[in-house]
Amino acid sequence: MERVPLERKVLSENDRVAAELRARFQEHGILCLNLISSPGSGKTSLLECTLEALPPRDRVAVLTGDIQTENDANRLKRFHFPVKQITTGGTCHLDARMIERHLADWRLEDLDLLLIENVGNLVCPSSYDLGEAAKVVVLSVTEGEDKPLKYPSIFFKSDLLVLSKIDLLPYVPFDIEVAVENARKVHPGMEIVKVSCLTGNGLHEWMTWLRERRRVHKTLVQAS
Amino acid sequence: MGIANSVLEAVRTEMSLHPGTYPCKVGVRIGELAAIDQDALRFCFEAIIRETDLESLELAIEVCPRRHRCQPCGRDFVVRDYDSRCPQCASLETTCISGDELELAYLEVEEYGASTVGAKSTQ
Repeated sequence: MERVPLERKVLSENDRVAAELRARFQEHGILCLNLISSPGSGKTSLLECTLEALPPRDRVAVLTGDIQTENDANRLKRFHFPVKQITTGGTCHLDARMIERHLADWRLEDLDLLLIENVGNLVCPSSYDLGEAAKVVVLSVTEGEDKPLKYPSIFFKSDLLVLSKIDLLPYVPFDIEVAVENARKVHPGMEIVKVSCLTGNGLHEWMTWLRERRRVHKTLVQAS
Repeated sequence: MGIANSVLEAVRTEMSLHPGTYPCKVGVRIGELAAIDQDALRFCFEAIIRETDLESLELAIEVCPRRHRCQPCGRDFVVRDYDSRCPQCASLETTCISGDELELAYLEVEEYGASTVGAKSTQ
């Protein structure tokens, strides 16, 4: 019997492609964000509000992942930014190869911001690097405030938590302070914004975070 | 299932470097922050090796706890119940140094004919 040391990541092939993507994003000065949540937490609604608030000629594109249907891409196309649907056909997460494939016919030099909406799932997407600069996790107030404790990986790995559907707070037994506390237990210092895509409440904070992230990214890229 | 497939692919790639042997056991390290359910991984792994030449391959899982390092005093410690306070100096300025592993650790291979138990005859 011989024991051969392997000492490499299980997803090393995905990580390799993700590193290539990250280098390309860096080369073109693109900020890439990977949006992750359970199904129905409001990722697409947040993207609708985001695209609506951005200037019409902004250099922004969206990749949106689902197991089936082109519904999300159709919802997002009306803002006249480049949008492409990734249908995974059963896979519960996006991987780096899917991103690479779907970027193939876009000119990266025309973009500054790439928003990726992952498949609705709090588990597997957290394992697959897509070459993003940051993950953003969305948690709606119709879910439990203990979600960060139940799914620590994604809350730990995300830079920002978007607490969504806050217009429903008067009608649901969701303690937003406990949710914030739980998120910061898993990820001390985590940035958090609270939004309602229906009333527009808190969207200003989200857009400010996004603008600041783009500004910092640009400065870093220029410096390198 | 994707993870199980990646483990198996890595085993097959590695085996091409060791002619005349068969794999007995593959060791993987999974951090508690890696979002991998051990039972689910084991279930998927067993499902994909069933009735293949690797049917007797054993999956050994080592679970790695979340570890933090204290910035002020430098102490490394295991984080339990999300309490990331340093047990030595009580500082909250601690950073995560491990716990999200999803790594292939080792592969145990046996030469054909070296043991009375063959690759396919164990099942």
